[in-house]
Amino acid sequence: MDRNMGPNARIPVVFTINGKEVSLEVGADETALHVIRDRLLLKGTKEGCGIGECGACTIVVDGKAVNACLMLAAQLQGRNIMTVEGLIEKHELSVLQKAFLEDHAVQCGFCTPGMLMSSCALLKDKPRPDKGDIVDAISGNLCRCTGYQQVVGAIQDAARRLSREKA
Amino acid sequence: MMRPKATYVRPGTLTEAVDLLQDLDDRCKLLAGGTDVATELRSGAIRGRCLVDLSALPELKGIHEAEEELVIGSGVTLSEIASSAGVARGAPALAKAAAVFGSRQIRNMATIGGNICRASPAGDTLPALYVQDAELELTSSSKTRRVSIRDFIQGPGRIALKAGEILKCIRLKKAADFTMHRFDKIGNRKALAVSIVNLAGLVALSPDGIIQRIRLAWGSVAPTVVRSSRVEAFLTGKPLRMETLDQAYPLVQDAISPIDDARASAAYRRRVAVGLLFRLTTQQESSDSIMDIA
Repeated sequence: MDRNMGPNARIPVVFTINGKEVSLEVGADETALHVIRDRLLLKGTKEGCGIGECGACTIVVDGKAVNACLMLAAQLQGRNIMTVEGLIEKHELSVLQKAFLEDHAVQCGFCTPGMLMSSCALLKDKPRPDKGDIVDAISGNLCRCTGYQQVVGAIQDAARRLSREKA
Repeated sequence: MMRPKATYVRPGTLTEAVDLLQDLDDRCKLLAGGTDVATELRSGAIRGRCLVDLSALPELKGIHEAEEELVIGSGVTLSEIASSAGVARGAPALAKAAAVFGSRQIRNMATIGGNICRASPAGDTLPALYVQDAELELTSSSKTRRVSIRDFIQGPGRIALKAGEILKCIRLKKAADFTMHRFDKIGNRKALAVSIVNLAGLVALSPDGIIQRIRLAWGSVAPTVVRSSRVEAFLTGKPLRMETLDQAYPLVQDAISPIDDARASAAYRRRVAVGLLFRLTTQQESSDSIMDIA
């Protein structure tokens, strides 16, 4: 902390999002979700409940899935953020996204970005998860079309495809 | 009248933080993971306050394992606790409680210090800390003191943290001399559930199944976590069997004072408090939802 810096209503933050460095001033009571959606206009991250219960706003921060609605914007400082927009590889959907599409893991689609980010963090951490790992990783993501079976299947499928790619 | 604007500051070291708190009035709001504070900002429960973010303080991080003691920084996340080999050795019930706390996303942000200072009657780490008589180390610019968790938590949301103080770490005597380490929780569903009732239990069993020592702490059945020396004394020296636990029924009912709320009725909580005790006779703990047991 700068010695001269006391509490402020506006806080300068610098962070990386989807590989790009961003520098802006945020409000003390602003959330990371607000910054991502309404200031950086990355609308892929959804706001569902706004209180950490539905997982629609899940983003990956320094490799870990977190709820963007529960993270203060000021806490973005120095962090490496990935949103669903960052999954795209060379203008193509990632293996995980393709698996969601092909395995019918998407119905209305509102929970999908959050599901993708939770499973993306899981696969980075554990490239060969078992079913229990997958269920645990997405247990903080609610789907009201109740398509959990297909989501679990898609993640298993993506894990298989990714480990084949590596082999 | 203009509403005062919220302000924010993130000190970089513990010394900076306690110096800063000395200068701020006691309306400042300390936060670490921020998961609870974010919901309070959204609901308007806190407005125009100075938010002091402790998440950058290196002194609050890390889990240190000594021969007989486990020291957990207040800024350690629930994910870190759930996956720590040291906690699994020295405080298995706490590791189990951390593993079923909130959701993966929340466990990645929320800290044990935040859960303690929130002092929710349903806080999932609290019973596990009560059964190990956790001591909390509080630091201010002028002194450091230790308080037992039972003295620190005074009521729902009420703690013995004085203005200018920060919860630095949690000290636990390792519970190596117990054979059973349990944390059982009943919620509306498995993930993201606020406990309707939870129970942490440590039991030292003799080879022939006699309870040599037992420590039990119930959450969400009273304004603060309940440990009952009468229940523990009654069960000591008796065989760990349903009949024995059933005999403790009236003592358990005397010890707790649950309320009706949106999640469950007081009467239901009274039955579940004993039901979780009965589960000590089973090998596996569980974090069940009402749906599973209906």
